[in-house]
Amino acid sequence: MLPPRFDYLAPRSLDEALEFLDGHGDDAKVLAGGQSLIPVLKLRFASPAWLVDINRIPGLDEIAEQDGHLRVGALVRHRDAERSPVLRERYPTMAEAAPQVSDPLVRNLGTVCGSLAHADPSGDWGAVMLAMDADLVARSKSGMRTIAARDFFDGPFTTALRPDELLVEARVPARPGTGGAYLKLERKVGDFATAAVAVRVTMSDGRIGEAGIGLTAVGPNNLKATEAEAALAGADPSDEAFREAAELAARAASPSADMRGSAEYKRNVVRVFTERGLRRSVAMAIADGGA
Amino acid sequence: MQVTVNVNGTSQTADVEPRLLLVHLLRERLGLTGTHIGCDTTSCGACTVLLDGVPIKSCTYLAVQADGRSVRTVEGLVEGGKPSPLQAAFKQEHGLQCGFCTPGMLLAAEALLADNPDPTEEQVRWALSGNLCRCTGYMNIVKAVQAAGAAMRSAAGVAEAETAEAPAMAGGAQ
Amino acid sequence: MTETDAGTAIRGLGHSVRRKEDDRFVRGRGTYVDDVKLPGMLHMAILRTPVAHARITRIDVEAAKAHPGVVAVITGRDLDAHGLAWMPTLSADTQAVLALDKVVFQGQEVAAVVADDPYVAVDALELIDVDYDPLPAVVDPRRALEGDAPLIREDKEGQTGNHIFHWEKGDKEATDRAFAEADKVVSLDTFYPRCHPAPLETCGCVADVDPATGKCTIWLTSQAPHAHRTLFALVAGLPEQNIRIISPDLGGGFGNKVPIYPGYVVATVASLLIGKPVKWIEDRTENLISTGFARDYHMRGEMALSADGKITALRSQVIADHGAFNAAAQPSKFPAGLFHIFTGAYDVPAAHCEVDGVYTNKAPGGIAYRCSFRVTEASYLIERLVQNAAVELGMDPAELRRRNFIQPEQFPYRSAVGWEYDSGDYPKALDLALEKLGYAELRAEQKEKWAKGELMGIGIASFTEVVGAGHGADFDIAGLRMFDSAELRVHPTGKAILKIGVQTQGQGHETTFAQIVAGELGIPPEDVTVMHGDTDNTPYGLGTYASRSTPVGGAATAMVARKLRDKATKLAAHLLEASEEDIEYAEGRFSVRGAPDRAKTIQDIAFAAYTNLPEGMEAGLEGVTYYDPPNMTFPFGTYCVVVDIDKGTGEWKVRKMVAVDDCGVRINPLIVEGQIHGGLAEGYAIAAMQLITFDEEGNCIGQNFTDYLLPTSWETPSFETYETVTPSPHHPIGAKGVGESATVGSPAAYVNAVLDALAPLGITNIDLPVTSDKVWAAMHEKGFV
Repeated sequence: MLPPRFDYLAPRSLDEALEFLDGHGDDAKVLAGGQSLIPVLKLRFASPAWLVDINRIPGLDEIAEQDGHLRVGALVRHRDAERSPVLRERYPTMAEAAPQVSDPLVRNLGTVCGSLAHADPSGDWGAVMLAMDADLVARSKSGMRTIAARDFFDGPFTTALRPDELLVEARVPARPGTGGAYLKLERKVGDFATAAVAVRVTMSDGRIGEAGIGLTAVGPNNLKATEAEAALAGADPSDEAFREAAELAARAASPSADMRGSAEYKRNVVRVFTERGLRRSVAMAIADGGA
Repeated sequence: MQVTVNVNGTSQTADVEPRLLLVHLLRERLGLTGTHIGCDTTSCGACTVLLDGVPIKSCTYLAVQADGRSVRTVEGLVEGGKPSPLQAAFKQEHGLQCGFCTPGMLLAAEALLADNPDPTEEQVRWALSGNLCRCTGYMNIVKAVQAAGAAMRSAAGVAEAETAEAPAMAGGAQ
Repeated sequence: MTETDAGTAIRGLGHSVRRKEDDRFVRGRGTYVDDVKLPGMLHMAILRTPVAHARITRIDVEAAKAHPGVVAVITGRDLDAHGLAWMPTLSADTQAVLALDKVVFQGQEVAAVVADDPYVAVDALELIDVDYDPLPAVVDPRRALEGDAPLIREDKEGQTGNHIFHWEKGDKEATDRAFAEADKVVSLDTFYPRCHPAPLETCGCVADVDPATGKCTIWLTSQAPHAHRTLFALVAGLPEQNIRIISPDLGGGFGNKVPIYPGYVVATVASLLIGKPVKWIEDRTENLISTGFARDYHMRGEMALSADGKITALRSQVIADHGAFNAAAQPSKFPAGLFHIFTGAYDVPAAHCEVDGVYTNKAPGGIAYRCSFRVTEASYLIERLVQNAAVELGMDPAELRRRNFIQPEQFPYRSAVGWEYDSGDYPKALDLALEKLGYAELRAEQKEKWAKGELMGIGIASFTEVVGAGHGADFDIAGLRMFDSAELRVHPTGKAILKIGVQTQGQGHETTFAQIVAGELGIPPEDVTVMHGDTDNTPYGLGTYASRSTPVGGAATAMVARKLRDKATKLAAHLLEASEEDIEYAEGRFSVRGAPDRAKTIQDIAFAAYTNLPEGMEAGLEGVTYYDPPNMTFPFGTYCVVVDIDKGTGEWKVRKMVAVDDCGVRINPLIVEGQIHGGLAEGYAIAAMQLITFDEEGNCIGQNFTDYLLPTSWETPSFETYETVTPSPHHPIGAKGVGESATVGSPAAYVNAVLDALAPLGITNIDLPVTSDKVWAAMHEKGFV
């Protein structure tokens, strides 16, 4: 399986890239990590006229906190996220998810934003960003816009991005007193998730202040378990509350039966993982001084 | 398009189509057939090379992306014509059978040991989880990597001790 | 350690000599078929049908032919003109090389493009236009046997349905009688699904027919180069002396590289017609979707027992799904392989088995993946039945085994279906395994855990294999008797070259076979070069699969070395001026009895063979042996697995795995252990995740490594390996072979462990692969989760 022919451009600046996408966006695919795009090309599931390689553009590879949020640039690799001390200290959901993406070799090239833009319903980062209530920043020749994660995913491999837009950064709000977890059931390292749950809990005066729950591989795109989140807001962190939220999260899922299991099975995994994730996140938040 | 890649310390230039995969540049254009192809879906890691020291799957990377960068293949592991401690450890611990996954394993292990010279069994298994092997059942590969780490640490320890001694010796009668 | 006079250690049998082949592999300097580059070489790609069952109404190759860089496009019609559109299979069937007017499995070969660049060849495939008129696909072998099922093999004269063969073995009457009288009957329906050996290197060839000389050199991923040469000669009509098959380094075989695939034939024809070398290397999808698969046995097993747990009879009925062509690579007299080893390690007085082979719209094959010719299926069935019987009788599964093992004093043992087991000590292996496992403590822990609602399981499998095919009168592949060969020549300076007819794919023959010579003649393994794989330069052999290299090829090597030792003895007598009867041999030294200082080394004798010979003796020190084994060998062992189950997800994890193997004398313990590790990992893969399946339309699910799952270093458990040694009485060095033992014996150990954990819930079977969703579904159905 070998790729079809295409033309290739490696712009040296963001403006150059955006200029090109403005004219050719419909016929072009952006190459960042390439760990989703190149396999697609090799299977000849896509045949773009142009590949726009953004790896030479400076300034896109930062993970840094600024003005109350974490900025994850377009060229931040999964590996960078895995090794980031700031993620480990203050963004535990992300820190736990990063090493579980694909396999270590793919993580060395694949990017967080690339994964978000690819919008595989089985992608991990989408669920994480939904749980984190992140914003996604898109730039085009005509300007910049911020899209909330909950408005970003629009079906399998479909996002709110226009063909002339480039996803340049994910912005994750900093929240003290937060615990998090990412529980993923996969048949083996490198397989897509059978089901996965991203959990974030921010404590407030001994109660759950707010929670975020994102789901992987159990719907047409990554899902936000909004009802479960609502039930947890302001709740006492009891087993009862965890169970109820887990039940709601399972109901929010709409998995398809496939080789990984029945829909009923996958829903059950969502339920079990949500419960476990909440328990862990609360304990972490409390230990972190978020009581 | 022209690409210039530093491969195993030597600058190589080739005229390629943008769609040419890095693994084919290495195998077909440069005759470095030590890097192997085992699958179509970026699943097996037989094609692993070091790109600026970082292990990647060269079947999922375009030759044109490597322009101006450095690549190390299994052929670049020998040190002064002799097998490296890692290569020697694989032989000593029987960490290979058919040899097809071995180049990829060696390079992934090389990167691991550069990062973590004393990995636990768990850390080795985790670091190599992008490289499939059908023959060994992985146990001896893990042993080999840990043995290589120990050998490299002990050699470094000796070298360090020698360096530490040197100033004193320089002052002494010689 | 014994040393030569020069101080080099003679490390023969039993030494963990490090492998010579590693020197090139760790440098990336192996030569695999895809590494071969010849001047002017072209590249071939194959167009395959996306539809499983259809008539071809039109093939248009004009656009492909016109594509820049394309040299030729070949269809079934082109091959038919040379009588090569069909070829014989190893199971006396025929297989389409390129389809003519019908396709019968998804992925079947339809056309081939030859181009100057592999990317161009793939581009040109997309330009070939084929019209398929779909027919209903048959994917269930039971459905295939129904009277109104679509006929798949319309090409076969006299074929009125999809039934291929019926085969049975054993005494049906005695068996049925025993069942009628039994106190207890345990039955099990279990499916050993289709899986695939998936060696990391796919199949392929470089075919080079030289128009000037007529010589046809084929670099080939072949586990049996000589047999392939003969078959090429017969099929393609090329003179056999002009065909040279070179099997260089192989990146794994596991039985996948035994059949002859259409791609090989097309590439050879292409080279013949074009006059240039043609390379064809399949990609992974082609490998999984069209090459020799493994298993696909629907098995029903029944065990008759007395009330106190003695097995009185065993019977089995099997439906064997062979795909669309019967291309199973097995000895011709055994259409169901050696399935009748299904009485396993037990003393079963009466047994009967029957197997019905069936065509379906799937890829051809069946014998592969370290199956020892269906021993994997048989072993799985008996060990699963024993587990279930133990549960039904309320007996400890280890105790049930002990009660029924063939006892050491019963060897050589003639089984109810006619096998003569050479040697074995099954209780010893079981006891050692249980001791190393800490069995009693684990059972206690299991009780405590169950009281808390936690699930852990202990699985046992006590297997015996039958390998080393085989005695020529009984065993042949397409008529070629299954002897094997070794040719040994010692040079004047005391170094040697050994040429063998078997074919390593990673088993380390370049080292282990040199060790056999070292053991017999005292020449250090470093001084013995081992050559294999080139049919111009090696004696005729039947190749390496079904664990036959050591039992047959190793025996041939020992025997030829002994021939040379006989001549060396005569030469020693001449040099030492003694009589032949007074010469004693030990570890490379020939000395006069009673005067040990009067001695000559094998190196001295080698030199003399060219410089100082007695009158009338031919020069040289060499010989060739073609070894016809008198019997099979029966490696055996016990594997034990401990698992813990996550009730929330159904996932099971191996906490501990103990393997006791007995393969007789071990030539190289390190290499033997490596073979076992590999097999235990394959057994885990089969138990946990490997599956090739099909939807109703015959679309193959499992056509790449994202769907056909191979475990990584992360999932694969660690193994503790131990040994017992019960030599084979008939093998020259007492060795039995070990390549497939762990793949044969371990799947049942893993599955039995999971089922042992679930036994209190009344769950008695989960078919392979035992995936987490199936475990959860079984628990959920019982209301436990």
